[in-house]
Amino acid sequence: MPLIYEKSRKGRRAIVLDALDVPDVEFPAALGRAAAAELPEVGELDVVRHYTNLSRKNFGIDSHFYPLGSCTMKYNPKLAEAVASLAGFSQLHPHLSSSEAYWPLCQGAFELIHDTESLLAEIAGMREASLQPIAGAHGELTGVLLIAAYHKDHGNSQKDTILIPDSAHGTNPASAAIAGFNVVEIPSGADGVIHLDAVKAAMTDRVAGLMMTCPNTHGLFEPEVAKIAAMLHEADALLYYDGANLNAIVGKARPGDLGFDVMHYNLHKTFATPHGMGGPGSGPVGVGERLLPYLPGPRVVKGVNGYVLETPPKSIGRVAQFFGNFMMAVRAYAYMRHLGKEGLPEVAEVAVLNANYVWSRLKDAFEPAFSARFMHECVFTATPQAKKGVRALDIAKALLDLGFHAPTVYFPLTVKESLMIEPTETESKETLDAFCDAMLEIANMIDSNPDALHQAPVTTPVGRLDEVRAARQLNCAC
Amino acid sequence: MTWVPTTADERKEMLDAIGVNSIDELFAAITPELRAKSWNVPEGLSEMAVRDLMAGMAAKNASSLVCFAGGGAYDHFIPAAVDALTSRSEFYTAYTPYQPECSQGTLQSIYEYQSAICRLTGLDFANASLYDGGTAVFEAATMSIRVTGRRRIMCHRSLSPIYRRMLETHAAHLDVEILTGDDPTGAACVIVQNPSFLGSVENFTNLSQRCHDAGALLVMSFYPVSLGLLKTPAEMGVDIAVAEGQPFGVPLGFGGPWLGILATRKEHVRKMPGRIAAMTEDAQGRRGFVLTLQAREQHIRREKAMSNICSNEALCALRALIHLCLLGKEGLQEVARHCHAKAEYLKKKLKFTTLLNKAPTFNEFAVRLPRNAEEVVQAMAAKGFMAGIPLRPLGEGDAGDLLIAVTERRTRQQLDAFAEALEEVSCR
Repeated sequence: MPLIYEKSRKGRRAIVLDALDVPDVEFPAALGRAAAAELPEVGELDVVRHYTNLSRKNFGIDSHFYPLGSCTMKYNPKLAEAVASLAGFSQLHPHLSSSEAYWPLCQGAFELIHDTESLLAEIAGMREASLQPIAGAHGELTGVLLIAAYHKDHGNSQKDTILIPDSAHGTNPASAAIAGFNVVEIPSGADGVIHLDAVKAAMTDRVAGLMMTCPNTHGLFEPEVAKIAAMLHEADALLYYDGANLNAIVGKARPGDLGFDVMHYNLHKTFATPHGMGGPGSGPVGVGERLLPYLPGPRVVKGVNGYVLETPPKSIGRVAQFFGNFMMAVRAYAYMRHLGKEGLPEVAEVAVLNANYVWSRLKDAFEPAFSARFMHECVFTATPQAKKGVRALDIAKALLDLGFHAPTVYFPLTVKESLMIEPTETESKETLDAFCDAMLEIANMIDSNPDALHQAPVTTPVGRLDEVRAARQLNCAC
Repeated sequence: MTWVPTTADERKEMLDAIGVNSIDELFAAITPELRAKSWNVPEGLSEMAVRDLMAGMAAKNASSLVCFAGGGAYDHFIPAAVDALTSRSEFYTAYTPYQPECSQGTLQSIYEYQSAICRLTGLDFANASLYDGGTAVFEAATMSIRVTGRRRIMCHRSLSPIYRRMLETHAAHLDVEILTGDDPTGAACVIVQNPSFLGSVENFTNLSQRCHDAGALLVMSFYPVSLGLLKTPAEMGVDIAVAEGQPFGVPLGFGGPWLGILATRKEHVRKMPGRIAAMTEDAQGRRGFVLTLQAREQHIRREKAMSNICSNEALCALRALIHLCLLGKEGLQEVARHCHAKAEYLKKKLKFTTLLNKAPTFNEFAVRLPRNAEEVVQAMAAKGFMAGIPLRPLGEGDAGDLLIAVTERRTRQQLDAFAEALEEVSCR
């Protein structure tokens, strides 16, 4: 498809403002740009048709099943979009929070922030939550900054190390390092989980904390989590919960009850806010007792005459300009209030049911990476297929031709030729069956016609793209 | 409640296929002592009830005040086509384009966005967006540290106090020194903002020369709409330009989601954080787009990554791109010219105040009122105006100081009425 810039015609316009109704003023030439930015000169229909046609070159949840493990791509309810379009939220200026004089004018927004944070805290067994972090990885960074502030405040300046399981998301070690910590990796056992002995072996007085995902990225619940928490606390180290897989245990277990001190939530994963092609996400942080005084500020609290802002006594400061991705909280709040007490645990139940059903249908054709019971996602290894010359990537591309988004491949790094499938609770049994049928068809093709898999995909707008050339010749703008 | 389609019969069938008797058996790994100790969550509400509840909350917010507030968030007009196109679910319900063959819509739009930002700033490379303008300042600072190997960050007085606080929070545990001023000696970078937080427009060309002579980078936070008129970051010799992209088609939304813009010179591209889309070809020679330079990123490099960024703000970047396409070359200039002229008109009408800006301004300026600014904004709200941002609560001025912004949306009638009301509230 041509670029929008290739459709530009000198003098063509989409928008013309009303005539200037005040005297025109010359801008000082010495401060002005030499020439206008070469933005496309196109009409409104050019723009509408171009981006409508571009959108048709995308798979989205509304058009395709998207079993992307650990990314949790579930249906994004239209109710959430409807409430997010309310002008009382979408057109509200955030500097209304900057002066006490304005606070009476944004009580609805303050109420929403307060109630969303309270619900998030209750769901995860945390004392309080803050909406400030703008994305999951930003929540991680905020969380480790809270851990750093806690140790600094307690005079534990030697605590400069964070332990992270080898199966963790890459964001965990990156966030710890960006915050200034050293990272030490904890190996998973052959059974895919972390054992107390491995943590013990890495424990020193320099350990500030451990970051864990539970269920982990192998799709397995960590059975020794409470013992690991106790061992860390014994050493005055803190336990961080990566909320990426919280959807698997909502209403069943709560990170706070398991001994976690701090966590982030991924609103798009657990609470179904749309992920907009890679963002916006939203990564609120939750804390237990120990980290309460350090939360980012200002915070919305309930006063005698309504909601007011306060900054915690030892706050780490601000991690966002205002209240994080507020409009994502609006959507997540609608989601939580609709599902409520009974509906939220059902999400976890059916997400786990669906993952196990997919596992049961595929386990004879593809090799499960672990023998334990999977939770909300199941992980296979395509090593046997790779020996026949068909790699996980080929399987992924073949699925695109069969009308399904691919599972996550080559992650976690601990599983060779990994295929990580997360169906989520919003998919019907028919969809799961159709997907499993497609996977089984691919398994057959690996024996009968492996070359066809190397050619895939052929039904997409483009075939496999030359990534080496993209990096070497680096054409990133025109 | 709804959204889970699986029927009771189907659940039974699926449990049989798995070989267990109940869903609870699937949760056996969560032993009784690990189960939730509390579940104080309200009962679910119907779709209708949720809409009523939230409409009630929204109605408690004064979102229809005639807006004269800026401070990093501006009330620009958003053309209808921006909402219409970004509401297409193939965009908003898609994920990060890990499978490029079924994500060309996302990838081409990112490439076009990067191109728009390069054309706007005059710089060579832009990433696929960052979280917001404040975190972009932090990313630019750490990028400067990577490029120079130095650990001192100089914050110029023009920088937003909010961005400064965010930078201090994010860098609190790093071995980094954050100072105020513009002395580039021994510094990784000097960070300036243009126009300044209080609206003054400067030419930082000399400062960029001083920075480069001292081996430091010049980082500039810019107001994107102002580049319809103002000298570009590239023309001033800026090394890394960052911005809050909200003014391009992104709703105010009480602070987010917004859009972090970051662009840089060719020589620094491999030290740039975030996602980048690049043009390439498939085996048949068809043009296509992929994410590139991923070896810098967290999912590959883990603790050695350039940044921890995983998601970006792709949908907001798409809004900005579509808005820029609709404005086009002439439209952006026109919007900038209107903002400037209307602000100058209002300035002249506010003779009863003291203008605090010594340098020229674009569309935002600070005044000292003869009365407490917080009392004034309260009284102005009763008259239907968001009169601006009182500066003292932000630690930026005296009790009477107010930051006022004007966009193309303000009509002469509104400007006249605002000036009259402000004079009445402040002086009588």
